[in-house]
Parts: sequence; C-alpha cells; structure tokens
Amino acid sequence: MLHACRALLTVAAAVASKSWWETIAMTPSAPASTDPRIAQVIRRHGARADALIEVLHQVQELHGYLAPEVLREVATGMGLPLSRVHGVASFYHLFRLEPPTAHRCAVCLGTACYVKGGAQVAARIEQRLGVRLDDAAGDGVWALQHVSCLGACGQAPVLVVDGELMTRLSVDPPEALDARLEAAGLPQRTTT
Amino acid sequence: MSVVTLTVNGQDVAVPAGASLLEATRAAEANVPTLCHLEGLTPVSACRLCLVEVEGSSKLLPACSTAAAEGMVVHTHTPRLREYRRMTVELIFAEGNHVCAVCVANTHCELQDMAVTVGMDHSRFPYQYPQRLVDATHPQFTLDHNRCILCTRCVRVCDEIEGAHVWDIGSRGGQCHIVAGLDEPWGQVQACTSCGKCVDVCPTGALFRNSDTTAEKQPNTTLPALLRTAREQRRWHNQ
Amino acid sequence: MPVTPQLRCCDASGCRSAGGQALRRALEEARDAAGLTAEALAIKPVGCLRLCGSGPLVACDGPGPSQLFGGVAPEHAGALIAASVAANDGSAAVSDDPLAAHRLDLSDPFFALQQPVVLEGCGQVNPESIDDAIAFGTYAQLHRVLQELTPEQVRDEVRRSGLRGRGGAGYPTGLKWDTVALQPPGPRYVVCNADEGDPGAFMDRSVLESDPHRLIEGMAIAAYAVGAERGFVYVRAEYPLAIERLRLALQQARSRHLLGNHIDGTSFNLRLEVRVGAGAYVCGEETALLLSIQGQRGMPQPRPPFPAQSGLWGAPTLINNVETFTAVPAILRQGGHWYAGIGTEHSKGTKVFALSGAVVNTGLVEVPMGTPLRTVVEVIGGGVPDGSPIKAVQTGGPSGGCIPAERLDTPVDYESLLELGSMMGSGGMVVMGASTSMPEVARHFMGFSVNESCGKCVPCRAGTVQLAQLLDRFVEHRATPADMERLDALCQMVKVTSLCGLGQSAPNPVLSTLRWFRHEYEAACREPAACVAAGGVER
Repeated sequence: MLHACRALLTVAAAVASKSWWETIAMTPSAPASTDPRIAQVIRRHGARADALIEVLHQVQELHGYLAPEVLREVATGMGLPLSRVHGVASFYHLFRLEPPTAHRCAVCLGTACYVKGGAQVAARIEQRLGVRLDDAAGDGVWALQHVSCLGACGQAPVLVVDGELMTRLSVDPPEALDARLEAAGLPQRTTT
Repeated sequence: MSVVTLTVNGQDVAVPAGASLLEATRAAEANVPTLCHLEGLTPVSACRLCLVEVEGSSKLLPACSTAAAEGMVVHTHTPRLREYRRMTVELIFAEGNHVCAVCVANTHCELQDMAVTVGMDHSRFPYQYPQRLVDATHPQFTLDHNRCILCTRCVRVCDEIEGAHVWDIGSRGGQCHIVAGLDEPWGQVQACTSCGKCVDVCPTGALFRNSDTTAEKQPNTTLPALLRTAREQRRWHNQ
Repeated sequence: MPVTPQLRCCDASGCRSAGGQALRRALEEARDAAGLTAEALAIKPVGCLRLCGSGPLVACDGPGPSQLFGGVAPEHAGALIAASVAANDGSAAVSDDPLAAHRLDLSDPFFALQQPVVLEGCGQVNPESIDDAIAFGTYAQLHRVLQELTPEQVRDEVRRSGLRGRGGAGYPTGLKWDTVALQPPGPRYVVCNADEGDPGAFMDRSVLESDPHRLIEGMAIAAYAVGAERGFVYVRAEYPLAIERLRLALQQARSRHLLGNHIDGTSFNLRLEVRVGAGAYVCGEETALLLSIQGQRGMPQPRPPFPAQSGLWGAPTLINNVETFTAVPAILRQGGHWYAGIGTEHSKGTKVFALSGAVVNTGLVEVPMGTPLRTVVEVIGGGVPDGSPIKAVQTGGPSGGCIPAERLDTPVDYESLLELGSMMGSGGMVVMGASTSMPEVARHFMGFSVNESCGKCVPCRAGTVQLAQLLDRFVEHRATPADMERLDALCQMVKVTSLCGLGQSAPNPVLSTLRWFRHEYEAACREPAACVAAGGVER
C-alpha cells in the first residue's frame, strides 16, 4: 500500500512520546472522596439507567464539570459500566470534562448570526481576549466557544457572556462592537 | 420453518424467514463486502459497505440489518455501488494512519483485503494524518488508535458476548475513539477479564497481542457466532 | 377578543433579551402612579408577538382595535399607560404622540397576511397561567375528545386534515398515528421532538415559551388516539426558558387532573415528562432522540424498524414535533376538512416560519402552505434592509439549501422546495443579501455538519471532514478542476450512503449552491477558466 512516511513518523512519535506514560502514572486509581449529593441525585432518579443524562446535568451543576472521579461515582451509583458513562458524557457538547474557566463567552454562529457577522464578532473577541475559538482552556480565566444556534435569530448576531445574552451586536464600525464588549466586561488582553 | 424467496443479481434464493439480506446475498454467493458486521454480534450498519440496491426502494439498504422479504429484487454490484464502496474505503484509509508495511495485521487485515476487493490503490482524498495514541498499558494486549476504523466490534463483543463492557465509544464525529473505562489506560480498567475476544475480532491491527510483531497477527472472527449459538441452544458439547 | 383593557407584554426570550422584563416592571409602576388598579388595566406577560426584531413588544387592547408598540424603553411606560387609558376612554389620540416612532402598523403585511392556527394563543395567553390558557379555550378539545370521540374518530379527523409532520420530512401525521395505534397490544409512548437544532429556526422555542398548554393538549389527544399512557417532551438544553415554562405547565396540568390517572373522569391515563438534551443536534433524528431519552449516546440506528413499530424500550412510539402536536387541538375544534381547506393539494394547513437574516422584519410568521416564497420574504419580510435585491433564501437549515432569487415565486410546500434542492425543514428561513458568498455559506453549513456528526457511519464522519476541506479550497481560491469533480462526487456519495438524515442531507447546502450558484464556485478556483471547462456538463 502506498502510505506516506509522514504517517509512520506520527506513529513513531506517539510511541516514543513519554508524555502519555507520565499521565498514566499520575492518574489516581480510586476516588479521593465521595460526594453524598451525587448519591442523592441518583436516588432521586431511582437509579434508572435512562436517567443518566439528567443525572449528569445535575451533577455538573453541583461540581461545575464532570471530573473522572465524579463520573466513577455516577457509574458505581447507577450500576453502569464506566465506559458507557464516559461515552455519554463525552458525546454531548454541554457536558464539560475539564474544569471550566471563570468566565465564558459563547458566540452564536447559527445561520442568521453568520449572515449578520457572527464570525467577525468571534474574531474580534479572539483578538481582544487573546484566546482561540473553541479552546476550552482559554487563557485560564476567559474562554470563547461557539454555539450552533441559540434560537435568538431575530436579534442576530448574538453573544452570551457568563450566561447573559447580548443581542443585535453591530460589527460595523468595530469600535461600536468594542464598546459593547467592554460594557459586558470582556477585558482587553491584547494590544492591537 | 417458513421461507422467503427473493432474487439476488438475477438468481433466485430461498432463506429462512427472519434472515438478513446479507444472508440472502451469501446464499447467492454474491460476495457483498462487510467490515463492521460480524456474525454473532448485533449489526450496526456503520461501515456502509454492504449497501445494496433493492428494486422499489429509493434508498440503498444495508444488507446486514435489513430483513430479507418475499419477492425482493436485489442488486449487489451495480456500477454506483462499486464506486461508493471504493470511496468509502478511501475515506477510511484517509481518516486514520494505516501503514501496512509495519502493521501486525499485514496480510491478515480485513481493511487491507477490502482495499483489494474494491480496487482501491490510493485515496483521492487527502490523508488526514491525525495525532492518535497507542495504549500499551495492558500486560497482554495493545490498542493502537492509529489503525482503528471504529467498526465497534470490540465494543460489541465485550458487551454482548463477554459481558464486561470494558469498551465504548468516546466523544463524537471525527474525534470518536474507542475508550476503555473512563477513557483510562486499558491496563487500569478492572472490568477487563483479559479474555482477548476484542483482539480476536478486530478487523485491523488496532488491537493485537503484545507477542505479535509485523504481519504476525492471527485473528479469530468466528468466536462470537459460535459462542452465541452455543449459548442460545445450550450446546455445551465439551462438558 | 377581550374587552377588558389590558397591556400584553411579550415575555418570550427574544423580547426578554431586549429588556422586556424591565419594561413590564416600569409599566406596573406607571400604572400604580396613574392611580389605576390591576382590574382597571391588566398588564399581562404573554408569549411571542411575532416581530422579534423590534422587541420589546407591547400590545394594547381596549374596546377599539388593538395597537402594537415595538422597541419600547422603560421611560416610555408613562406614555404607554396614558395611551391605553386614552384608547379606553375613546378620547382622541394625543396630537403630539410620544410613541409615534414605536407604533407598529398591524395592517402591515407582516401581520395582516399571517393566519395563526398553531400560533393562535401565542401572544394572547399568559404562558405561566393555566387559568388563562383554559379561559382561552385550551384543553376544551381534550375534554371533548375524551367525552365524545373514540380514538379511531380522532385519528380519522387528523387523517382528514391532511396534516404532515412539521419536523422536516413531512410524513403524513394521520398515517403515523394509525401505524402506532394498530401495533399489537401493549404499552405505547408519545414523544414530542422539541430538539429544534436547525440554525435559524426558533418556531418551537416560541411555541414552548408562549403557549405550552396547547402543546400538552395536543400530546394528550395524540396519546389518547394511539393508546399511549406515557410520554416525553425532549427539549434542547439551549432553551432554558422553554424548559422552565413547560415544566411549570406540566405541573399545573397535573394539579388540575388534566394529566395523571383518570383524566376528566375517564379511564384515560397519561404521564408526561420533560427530558432535556445536552447539546447534540443529531438527537433531532428520531432514533437518536429515542436513545438519548433512554440515557444513551444519541447515535442513529438503521430503520426499519421504525419507532412507530419499535421505539422506546422496544414499544411502539409516536414521535411528532412541537408544531405538529400544537396544530392538533385547532384541527379537532374546526374539523379536519377546515384544515385541509387551507394550503395546497399535497401540503395542507399553515406553516410557521422563523424569518431572519438580511430582512427588514425578523420574527415569527405563520402563513398558509403554498404561499409564494416571494410573499414571505419580500412582502411579509420587507426585503433586504438597504433595499438591495435578495440574493437567496436558505430554508431547511443544514439539511436544506439556498433558493436563488429567480425562483422566489415558488410556492412554499414540501414538494416544491424539494424540487429546488432544498427542503421545508422545520421552518427556518434565512434571507441572504448580495454580499453573501455561496461557497462560504456552504462551508459554514459543512462546518456545522462536521461538528454535529455523531461519528457512527463512515460517509458522514469522514466524508463531511473531507467536504469541509474541499470547500476551504474554494473559499481560499485555491481549488482546481479536480476539486470540483471530487466535490460533486463526494457530495453524491455522502448523500446516498449515510446512515441517517443528518449525513444524507449534509451535502444539500453544497449541492443546492452548486446547482444555482455554480459560477461562484468556478470563480473561486485558482484558475477559474479551467473549472468552467471542467464543470460545463453539470446540471
């Protein structure tokens, strides 16, 4: 078969890389402590397997995100295979497997927002905060993510800053947009 | 036992009621290609290689999960089906990092055989060279994500036959990958019984025994069907 | 219409985000300051008043015709109270009307051409009050159905109406109900698909936020007609207000014994629950939705078996979307024949559209099926704000396509849109002006499909990634004639071989723009002339 040697290099790099071995060594094998609230949530749903998504929603609300030890507790409490719980938690975009940043922006890139300059809004915020779109880690404090449609198409383009919906953003002139972003508390991290 | 009769590529075949179209095409020796399908496991219709044309249906139907019905007229190798199958195999090759020359499964690989079957010698679509990892934490086996085609045979055999449900699919879309436990190193997952069924049914070199090196993998894909039948019919010959 | 003087303040999420709640508080204060009681002038939170782009909206009812005000700030509260008092006194309008700039003309085609059936109660009833809903007539049809009709009679009426599924594919609703009802005896489920994920669509959100009791009534009637005793409403998590109101409405309905055991003194029982999604567009696909309700990854499964035969926990399951269920009470009240009298030969009744994008009037529109697209976007929508011509109208979201300006006279119905390479979809309509580049639109949608593909089948998981990269080459003006061929071939392959509707329709935005705007793709090649020669035989 014809396959470029670059693929080979990738394989070799993955095998040679020590980083994932180290990660493994650091992974705790048992949960540090159990949270009685998780058991309570599970009990409220009668530990039914079909309630997994509801349970994950509520547990995420309690903990801010779904850490491995939390997922382990959910799996044990509901009597579900670990891989199934991870499979579900990682399938849905709204479940966070990493700790969230303190502040979050979600820019809508639905069709209506897109037609009205949503992508420019995203670019401006990327520049302003010095973060990359859809990099959940952001700069440690702020992160910018996209959403596919918030159903607020009548007020496009829209943005959510820490849960607060901002509508009818104007991308032209850019100063007007900057003023709205400033008012919403988005810091100017980079000098342009 | 009631029987349904249908036509596959112009040939009349009779199969037991409840049989799949795939069984019917096999009765006609039509050689419909399959990758994700494995006898004894629930069909998932994911690889789309077994799609066939059925007269009167506007859509192509997956032979593995469609029931054969009386009077069906089936075509398995029309020009467009051949073309789609080739493109599908191209997409699979372009999606992962498949390097046959250094692979444990070389010459025993269903994906490699499939490329030959559908006449694919290169991909028209750019290779993606994804960054994927290798999990060598299990004492006996290794999982090389670079060679995984997400057929989910390992997931199904572990859940349906072994009953351990060590594997599942994590994430989604192009990020999908097979996960053990909570996406942990395989060697740390206590649920694993080290039975090796996942390794045996893997169509490529993604799952292999640590003792195997290049071109040494010897898969055994008949096990799930044997075990399932034995279990259903309580056929414990050796006891 | 009510004669009691009242101000109806839109409290759906569109107007909320425009400051609707602050306005309502200001109005209440201004009313108190004017020495009026709540009986003398009611201030009522209601659902969507349609013209979302001009929110916050307030409607003023009195003995005369209602008036509508848009873009009202809290400082206008006093003037609004004065205006409604004046309207009720019958005194002449004030000469220097401080609200002149905010007065919306209800005889404008945007309002005048609408025919509310599904949206009857939207903007009329208080979505958080079951009393208000009942006073408006909600649950009357459920009562009549339970007392007077057999399940067969209900299904006959729905079949007679010619109603087709409003979720996108347009499957005949009556036929679906019959299929579920006629399955072998055993448990059955009703499921409402409220996972409205198409970008540019907000019809279902509006109904849930504006008139949740109507949906519950429709679902209860459907459950009775197919013999189900349990049901779910699957709502996307991105709609918190809709979820809150639906949960409240369900609780109110339970406390009035409109849900639960022995509803209305009959032997009919129904338990309805809300299930909240978690951000997966693919869960709008019915087999994926059912798996998600059962707490699993939302990965579509091959059909058959169809959910009507084997759905939730293997039992026959009726799945309809919000708009379909919500249309049912009106159909039973007015009769199937009445509904069938609206619309075209094959597409009966009315359809709700969410109008947005480069258009003057953005908001919610309900018109008879068969209304020409031009009427919707140019007359009702008012065209592009700067007066320039419309370039295209996108319908059907990521599964649909772009309809070019020269085809705007097409009647909006299931078949006509399909012929144009688009589809009805759930009803999002995004207007595009001259500045919108079609290869960029296609890439935008493909990016969406890449992001939302569940990853189960190869053509969708790997094919959409390749398609998006091919489209990148066009957007970045580095495409070659070979890319054009690859694009055509791969679109066809992904469309035909993907497992579910998401994959099968993912190429539609590309195919439709290739069909109507091929010259833009050709112009986007590195050497446009070579691409023209290569693609000359297409269409």
